[in-house]
Amino acid sequence: MSAAEAGALSPLGLGLERFRANRTALLAAAVILLFVLAALSAPWIAPHDPADADLFRRLQPPAWLEGGEWGFPLGCDSLGRDILSRLLFGARVSLLVAAIVICIAAVIGTLAGLAAGYLRGWTDTLIGRLVDTLLGFPYLVFAIGLMAMMGPGLHNIILVLVYKEWVFSCRVVRGETLAAREQDYVEAARALGAGPGHIMLREILPNVLSPVLVVATFRMAYVIIMEASLSFLGLGVQPPTPSWGSMVADGRDFLVDAWWVSTLPGLAILMLVLAINLASQGLRDAFDPRLHSA
Amino acid sequence: MTASRLLERLFQTLPVLLGVSLIVFLMITLTPGDPVEIMLADSRATPEQAAVLRHDLGLDRPLPERFLIFLGRALTGDFGISFFHRRPVWDVLVERLPATIELTLAAILLALAVAIPLGVAAAVKRDTWMDRALSAISLFGVSLPGFWFGILLILLFAVQWGIFPVGGRTSFDLEVARITGFLLIDTLLAGRLDAFGAALRHLALPAITLGLPTAALLARVVRSAMAEVLTSDYVLFAEAKGLSRGRVLLRHALKNALIPVVTVAAIETGSLLGGNMIVETVFGWPGLGRLVVESIFARNYPLVQAAVLFYAVTYVVLNFVADLLYTGLNPKVRL
Repeated sequence: MSAAEAGALSPLGLGLERFRANRTALLAAAVILLFVLAALSAPWIAPHDPADADLFRRLQPPAWLEGGEWGFPLGCDSLGRDILSRLLFGARVSLLVAAIVICIAAVIGTLAGLAAGYLRGWTDTLIGRLVDTLLGFPYLVFAIGLMAMMGPGLHNIILVLVYKEWVFSCRVVRGETLAAREQDYVEAARALGAGPGHIMLREILPNVLSPVLVVATFRMAYVIIMEASLSFLGLGVQPPTPSWGSMVADGRDFLVDAWWVSTLPGLAILMLVLAINLASQGLRDAFDPRLHSA
Repeated sequence: MTASRLLERLFQTLPVLLGVSLIVFLMITLTPGDPVEIMLADSRATPEQAAVLRHDLGLDRPLPERFLIFLGRALTGDFGISFFHRRPVWDVLVERLPATIELTLAAILLALAVAIPLGVAAAVKRDTWMDRALSAISLFGVSLPGFWFGILLILLFAVQWGIFPVGGRTSFDLEVARITGFLLIDTLLAGRLDAFGAALRHLALPAITLGLPTAALLARVVRSAMAEVLTSDYVLFAEAKGLSRGRVLLRHALKNALIPVVTVAAIETGSLLGGNMIVETVFGWPGLGRLVVESIFARNYPLVQAAVLFYAVTYVVLNFVADLLYTGLNPKVRL
C-alpha cells in the first residue's frame, strides 16, 4: 500500500487493512465466525434434540472409540443426550451472553467515560468513585455474590456481568477523552459554539471508537469464561438449557468411565476463547497507533 | 515515602472500602425474599413472633440506619450467626481461612517460580523461537477456563496415572492436631513427615490449577519489564565494564525488573482468592471458597455476605500494598 493510498483511508479503514495482513488474526477471526455460524444454525445442523434423553445411550463413547457410533459423533452424557447437539446449542448461550454483555457494557462505559473525561468536576468524581468501588471486588467474587442473591438464570447473568463490565471501557474512554479534550479540533468546535453534547458525541466519540473496539473484543474472552464459570458452579443458565460450563460440571462425576463428557465442552470454551484472544491481539496491533509509531 | 504520604494514601482507600461495604450491604438488603422467613422456615412462628424477630434484627429500621449498624458490626467482626452452623459467622470464616491462604500462597509462589525464569529467558532471547513460544503459551494460559484445567489435571494425574490424589486436603489416617490450621506447618510441628508428604501431594494439583494461569500472566510482565531494563544505560554500562553476563542479569537487571512483577503479583494474589472458589469446588478443598459456594445453595446469606466483604476488603488492601511496594521499591517513583 502506497503512502497516498494510506492517506486516503480513514483510521478505521487503515486498521482493518492492517488486520487483514495479519494471518494469525485472520485465522482466529475465521474460527470465531465458524462458532457464530454453528450457534446460529444449531436448530438445523444439530443431529438430535439437545434435551432428548435416552438412558440406553448413557455415557456412550464418541464415534471413534469402541462402543461409539457415527449417529452420535461425540458420544452421550450421563442422561444419554447427544454431546455434539448440546455443544452446538451451548455455543448459543456463551455467544449470546458475551455479545449482549459486551454491547451494553460498551455503550454504558463509553457514555460514562465521555461524560467523566469531558465534563470533569463532580460528574468525574462520582463516576470515578463508582469505578474504583467496582474494581474493589475481584470479578468472580462480585459475580458469585450477586448471582447468589439474585438467583440463577440467563437474565441475571447478563445483568450481573454488565454491572461490572462497563468499568473497563469507561476507564479507557475517559483517558482518551481527557487527551482529546485539549486537541485543536475540540477547541475549534467549542469556539464555533458547539454544546458539550455535540462535542462529546459528534467530535470526540468517533475518535475513541477504535480503543473501545479493542477493549470490547479483549473483554469478550473474559466474559465467556465468567459465564462458563458461573454455569459450572450451578449459578448460571439452568437446565435443561445446555451451557458449556454446566456440561463440564455434569461430567465431573464420571471422569473415570467417561472422560469425554467433561473434556469436550471445556475444549470448546478453550478454542473459542483462544480465538477471541488472538483476534483481539490482532485488532490491538492494527488499531493502536502507539504500537505503530514505535 | 514519608509517614504523611502513607497516611494520605491510606485515606484514599477509605471511600473504596466504604463503597464496597455499601454494595455488599445492598446485595443482601435488596434481595427478594425475607430473611426472617428464611430463618423461621422450619418453625411454626406466629406473625407476632416474626415481627419481634424482625425488630430484634433491626430490619424494621430505615435503610441508611441499617447500613450504619451493619458497618459498625462489620468493624467488630460481628456478621451474625451462620444459619447452617448455628455459630457466629466470623468464627466459621476464620476456621476455614488457613486452608485457603495455604493454597493461595502455594499458587502464587509456584507462579513466580515458573514465570521469572521463563520471562527472563524470553527477554534475553528476544524475538527468537523461545520468545514466541512463551507468548503462545501465555496466551494459552489466559484462555484456559480454570475449572476445566483442574478437571483435566485430575483426569490425567489422579485418575489415569494415580500420581496425585483426586481431592481433599489430606488422607483420613494422616490427620494431625490443629495448631495453626496450616497443614504444612502443623504436620511439621507434629514431626510427622508422612503426613507432611500427604499434605503436599494433596496441595499439588489445586496449586498448579490456580498457579499456572497466573504464571502465564506474570511471565509476560517479567518479559516486558526485563526487556525494558536490558536496554537501559546502566545495564549497557555494566556490560561495558566487562562484568559477566550472569552477574549483569541477576544483580543489575533482574533486581529492577522485579519491581512491576512484585506489584502485579500482589494484585494477582487478591484475584486468586476469588478464583479459589472454583478450584476449591473442583478439588473438594475445605477452604473458604468452597464454604461460600456451599452456603449459596444452603441460602446461608449472612455467611455469603461476610465472605464477599472479606474478599473485597482483602483485595483492596492487597492493591494498596502493591501500590506501596511499587513506590517503596522504585527509587524513581516519588509520589
